[in-house]
Amino acid sequence: MSDIKIKITDREGVSHEVDAPTDMNMNLMEVVRSYELAPEGTIGICGGMAMCASCQCYVTSDHALPEKSDDEEAMLAEAFNVEENSRLGCQVHITEALDGLEVVLAPEEL
Amino acid sequence: MIKTDILIIGAGPTGLFTVFEAGLLQLKCHLIDALPQAGGQCSEIYPKKPIYDIPGFPEVLAGDLVHNLMEQAKPFQPGFTLGERAQTIKKLDDGTFVVTTNKGTEHCAPVVAIAGGLGSFEPRKPPLENLSDYEGKGVAYMIKDPEVYRDKKVVIAGGGDSALDWSIFLTDVAAEVTLVHRRNEFRGALDSVEKVQQLKNKGKIKLITPAEVIGLYGEHRLEGVTLQKTGAEKEMLDLRADSFIPLFGLSPKLGPIGDWGLEIEKNAIKVDNTLDYQTNIPGIYAIGDVNTYPGKLKLILCGFHEATLMCQSAYQRIYPDKKYVMKYTTVGGVTGFDGSKKEAPKAVVKKIE
Repeated sequence: MSDIKIKITDREGVSHEVDAPTDMNMNLMEVVRSYELAPEGTIGICGGMAMCASCQCYVTSDHALPEKSDDEEAMLAEAFNVEENSRLGCQVHITEALDGLEVVLAPEEL
Repeated sequence: MIKTDILIIGAGPTGLFTVFEAGLLQLKCHLIDALPQAGGQCSEIYPKKPIYDIPGFPEVLAGDLVHNLMEQAKPFQPGFTLGERAQTIKKLDDGTFVVTTNKGTEHCAPVVAIAGGLGSFEPRKPPLENLSDYEGKGVAYMIKDPEVYRDKKVVIAGGGDSALDWSIFLTDVAAEVTLVHRRNEFRGALDSVEKVQQLKNKGKIKLITPAEVIGLYGEHRLEGVTLQKTGAEKEMLDLRADSFIPLFGLSPKLGPIGDWGLEIEKNAIKVDNTLDYQTNIPGIYAIGDVNTYPGKLKLILCGFHEATLMCQSAYQRIYPDKKYVMKYTTVGGVTGFDGSKKEAPKAVVKKIE
């Protein structure tokens, strides 16, 4: 078991430092859901296919994340509240390189 | 008034399989879905994506699964009300329910099965402060009658197929078509992208990229939009417009079902998972992704199981005095309401000379 630390600021502005496993084939959206940092049904709606933007987050630490896929690029082009540092949590795979990652969840689309 | 035995809200995989299971019990079904086609998310969001956890199918495309479920349901002649959203529910004195859609279509049934998945798909609305003030007064999220835009100045926002296709279509109708997108790249069928390029070169489509609509103005109705370029220069510009059509795809919302007096938890409907997936209102069931109970998993295969148990309970509710035992299809075959009959071939008993 190798866990990394991730700091996640929820939509209410509360920050949480959580342990995320690197050996469970998890992505950031699933980590947020497993700790219930956003209500069920408001995050990961498409299940992780980069087909909604409910898991959008802003990366505030200077980790070098893997390039966005075409699917992620396309979804972020359609999403709202998108910033330079926006990513879809479901496309961010939890690896040891992400230890200390800091993200802020984007507002829920209404 | 459409009458049926089980009124299913949601024509996704769970709803479609319900038709089959109900049919085995000689119960008729009618389905309502807000989308114009059956299949729910499988058809709308990911028809070309493979699914690997349908028992007996090592790999199946979501679209093919829907096609197969439709085939399986066909002998039981389900009715469909498509492109309409179930809006209200009313319980009559005889215990049956009347469900009315947003277009006023009425359905009556003794049992209602909500197989609504994530809810009904609604257009995604950009977060603009006064957007709702102009709804129906220049702002629309879908194009129902293109003639409305004849000789009008239209601004379309979005970067996908529908934004491209409608921009192309409206060049023949509207006085002026402006397409605004946050990126320079568009995601759509190659044909559509090339066509927009041609129309732009001919001056028939005004393309403003990368840019975003950040404001709307007009006294009694929409008179124009404010754009902000999002590239290197952040210049703002005002554009006269009679219509603004944001086309950012669809997103599911629980919607009116949330106001039916059902117990809701975590944006899903609470059901009794120890028995029959009934909600807190007897006669209304919730199956598939739309329900929740301890240990719930939002999987298609779980929806199939829930549908099967729900149908047994529905049968008892509709025919409280009838005795019934479950029969295997291998034994009993499948007799459709259309007169079709499928059954296992009989073995021959014959002496070999």
